[in-house]
Amino acid sequence: MAAPSSTRIEQLGYLWTDERLRGIAFQVLAVAGLALFFAFIIWNTAANLKHAGLASGYGFLLDPASFDINQRLIDYESTSSYGRAFLVGGLNTVLVASLGIAAATFIGFVVGLMRLSNNFLVSRIATVYVELTRNVPLLLQIIFWWVVILALPRVRDSISVADVVFLNNRGIRMPQPIFEDAFQLILALFVAGCIGTFVLARWARKRHELTGRTFPVGWSAIGLIFGLPALSTLFVGLPVDLDIPLLGRFNFEGGFNVTPELIALWLALSLYTGAFISEVVRSGILAVDKGQIEAARAVGLPPGLRTRKIILPQALRVIIPPLTNQYLNLTKNSSLAVVIGYQDIVSIGETVLNQSGQALEVISIYMAFYLTLSLLTSLMMNYYNKRTALVRER
Amino acid sequence: MFFRDQGEMLPERPAPITEVGIVGWLRINLFSSYGNTALTLVSAALLALIVPPFVAWGLIDAQFSGDTGAVCSGVGACWAWLDQRLGQFFYGFYPADAHWRVNVTALLLVPALLYVLVDNLPGAKFGRWFSYVYPLLAAYLLVGGFGLEVISTDKFGGFMLNMVVGLTGIVLSLPVGILLALGRQSRLPVIRLLSITFIEAVRGVPLITLLFVAIVLLQLFLPPEVSLDQLLRVIIMVTLFASAYMAEVVRGGLQAIPKGQIEGAQAVGLGYWQTMRLIVLPQALRISIPGIVNTFIGLFKDTTLVIIIGLFDLLGHARLLQTNPDWIGDVDHEAYLFSAAVFFVICFLMSRYSVSLEKQLSQDRH
Amino acid sequence: MIATTRRVLSCAVLAAFALPGIVGTAHGATLDDVRAADELKCGINTGLAGFANTDDAGNWVGFDVDYCKALAAAVLGDASKIQYVSLTGKNRFPALQAGEIEVLARNTTWTFSRDVDLGLTFVGVNYYDGQGFLGPKSLGVSSATELDGASVCIQTGTTTELNLADFFRTHNMAYEPVPIETNSEARAAYEADRCDVYTSDASGLAATKATFDNPDDHMVLPEIISKEPLGPVVRQGDDQWADITRWVLNALISAEELGVTQANVEALAQDGGSDNPEVQRLLGSEGSMGAMLGLDADWAARAIMAVGNYSEIFARHLGPDTRLGLERGLNALYSAGGILYSPPFR
Repeated sequence: MAAPSSTRIEQLGYLWTDERLRGIAFQVLAVAGLALFFAFIIWNTAANLKHAGLASGYGFLLDPASFDINQRLIDYESTSSYGRAFLVGGLNTVLVASLGIAAATFIGFVVGLMRLSNNFLVSRIATVYVELTRNVPLLLQIIFWWVVILALPRVRDSISVADVVFLNNRGIRMPQPIFEDAFQLILALFVAGCIGTFVLARWARKRHELTGRTFPVGWSAIGLIFGLPALSTLFVGLPVDLDIPLLGRFNFEGGFNVTPELIALWLALSLYTGAFISEVVRSGILAVDKGQIEAARAVGLPPGLRTRKIILPQALRVIIPPLTNQYLNLTKNSSLAVVIGYQDIVSIGETVLNQSGQALEVISIYMAFYLTLSLLTSLMMNYYNKRTALVRER
Repeated sequence: MFFRDQGEMLPERPAPITEVGIVGWLRINLFSSYGNTALTLVSAALLALIVPPFVAWGLIDAQFSGDTGAVCSGVGACWAWLDQRLGQFFYGFYPADAHWRVNVTALLLVPALLYVLVDNLPGAKFGRWFSYVYPLLAAYLLVGGFGLEVISTDKFGGFMLNMVVGLTGIVLSLPVGILLALGRQSRLPVIRLLSITFIEAVRGVPLITLLFVAIVLLQLFLPPEVSLDQLLRVIIMVTLFASAYMAEVVRGGLQAIPKGQIEGAQAVGLGYWQTMRLIVLPQALRISIPGIVNTFIGLFKDTTLVIIIGLFDLLGHARLLQTNPDWIGDVDHEAYLFSAAVFFVICFLMSRYSVSLEKQLSQDRH
Repeated sequence: MIATTRRVLSCAVLAAFALPGIVGTAHGATLDDVRAADELKCGINTGLAGFANTDDAGNWVGFDVDYCKALAAAVLGDASKIQYVSLTGKNRFPALQAGEIEVLARNTTWTFSRDVDLGLTFVGVNYYDGQGFLGPKSLGVSSATELDGASVCIQTGTTTELNLADFFRTHNMAYEPVPIETNSEARAAYEADRCDVYTSDASGLAATKATFDNPDDHMVLPEIISKEPLGPVVRQGDDQWADITRWVLNALISAEELGVTQANVEALAQDGGSDNPEVQRLLGSEGSMGAMLGLDADWAARAIMAVGNYSEIFARHLGPDTRLGLERGLNALYSAGGILYSPPFR
């Protein structure tokens, strides 16, 4: 079969034109190149660290941190370890990111609708807000809000709400609820209410699909979730004590404090991301086919139902993927906290880096942390997206 | 049957006063219903509350001349520093007798951009080539060598630094981004996996952590004989960062290309790279331009983060002014406000451009 | 086509940027590297009033900057042959370790772990400082031990955070730390009453206080809770370079002890310009101290000519005639009630 004239070189030539083999060769080369590259970096790093006489490894995480953190969701003292300090910082990042995501979503939907309003002033104000926040670096906006909060009244001139909540430029001081044992009953009823609502909603939907009759799920849900626990307080009383803040020598004492840094960062992040979300929402709503709305009107759906059952479900399908991106951006942008001293993971890591000199380890912790957060957010949004996509199939 | 003939047609009457002119406009746009009227009043009150005090502080009561912060009263804004510091805010520590080099670079940027972005300009063929040579020319003008005095990159600063980092980042990230986008769509599983891993890993972390890598780690990764200067290290990391985003923009463009285009190319016997280079990429990149511009706006705003690692961009010089003994305490807001205004103007213009481009593209396709 | 062309060009741009940036570093003696580059790479602060700051023309000035100038004048004969590298609290040590700078003059506190564990060598102290508290007089606090429950503004990325935690813990007091990144922002926060007191190095506090509209409304509390000896730092392992940087600093201090100033140094350096043998040895008209360091004879004379002696540098950037208005305090000569002291030039 082999032609007598075919030489080795020609055979090699055929090999090269074989697309599959070429693909494999290319991939092997890529992997080898990458492996070499990483080997180069690791070798250099090891040599450099040794030359500079620096230790590496994550053992330092167990050493005492010896600095204090003003906002902590878990117990922490200056005698706690670096590892625990990182945990406190990570939780602070998660806190500001989730608060920001909630507020940004709200702002985004409101402003998105405002921009579509036929009131000239309202839509113009919305436009000015969107353009101003989108075109100025976030770093400056964070500093701006921090300065604004600093301009609030001083501690002694606090704005008080009913003498239990105090607003000043050191934050918002609120009464802290202290739960007694009987509170567990209320908590249990609350959980039971949630489960009941879930079951009820499923039943109502099934009945709606079979018979077309609707059931007021919203009202019964409120009754179940809030009514039941409220009712029980009639019997056991309110088993919660409030620790009400009192003005001490320097500060309010007691209660819990929302720091100005958290407020400033939260405002800046949610207003910045809210502007981007409003654009997403606007284009999502504009993407809904006009015929759909007209048809809904033709079959006599009232305006509220029209928005809820026809426009939003279709708009959401367009909105969710870019919305996920905005959520991720907000989470990552929260790392700018460092400029105003909000103690998120980056700002605490910076202090740790400074005290311990473990640059490689600290930065790798940053990256692992943000990658995990991104991954989790993506997974959650993908799950939600799949569910909304299924609705379309039906 | 009743017919009304032409002569009997009623004459056209002017529209009611409530529907035309200023009153009509107000009625339709501001007071069409109770809810609308309420919204209008609230909005107007908001504006009245914010705008006049701001104008009074920023312009009317402001101080515009003087040598130190001592001349500023504190009632109005302090703009006295503008006179002496404007140069630093725009050029950083770049030597004053070489400012013309920055200016020429900035001026030449205009035609270089126009020839890439706008079709049918006179001399387009030559212009395209100019656009391609421009990055080299800019590097030569700014850094020097070959007859020009060499100016080391640690002298780069102010707004010029934001421009250099932003533009270099975007220009360098375009080719990397294209390769990554192609890799992500590749039929070769290893290549696809590597591309996806890179893109998602970079998009998953904040830029600031990559900048930390640039200033504290990158040097550790290299052999001791090689020392990259700070700006270069920052540009490398910014490019990596931007290329992941660029890859996603280009992927959007690639996905919009009809399959028939690729099949057609294969039918006439073009290989993979030829198909991509001659058929797919030219179309995909065209669609991607608005996305690229938006990526650039984002990156450009993010260049302000270099202040956190100790480079003196526009914000860095604002901060430097604030720590100067002559001005300390008098310019806390003004220097930042000025920086915000500069960024706003540039980014706003770019985003307008991107929007109009998008409109034009969607019209072309219909 | 477009893509390929762009790719090729971009590579070229990268190369163009890279070429001036790539330089050889830290092979052998630092002195040889500095001479070969004909430029001293000096690490300074990113902006601290009095210590390192830019004037309206964009030139770096300040107490630490003058040390760089003196060193460059001694080694290279020209105080302007310096590349200033601004460093933040976190990248100052990596920059020094990686050889990006030859000396770090960035008000850095000399501590055991930095000297021993980070592979650095502190060559002396150019400013004796200590951490204190600044508070408004209206607060009615006369001692830092009365600060239980107070909010304390603090600059991050420094040893002050650790001292503060230690101080409040040992006195069994509670406090709210308010961490802030830069001095100017900390100042703004303190002025707005975001915190009751501001803690930092006493020099910085005095300087901050001087910039308030009514400086007399504020006071620095008497307690100094830490020792903060600030000084220049070099990499470990090059004793010659450490000697040079150490003795340039000592020369500036000795010049004050011996009455050598920027104005009279030229006259004193001439043969027979001074009868004092130590002045002669310092300025190189007698002995061979320059050669022992690997420099020429009038290295110290050049340094003093460039920036003056210690007291002149202090007066120019920090002293009572500046807006900062700092007293010499601990930094006065040992003969004038301070602890500043140079080993003898012998």
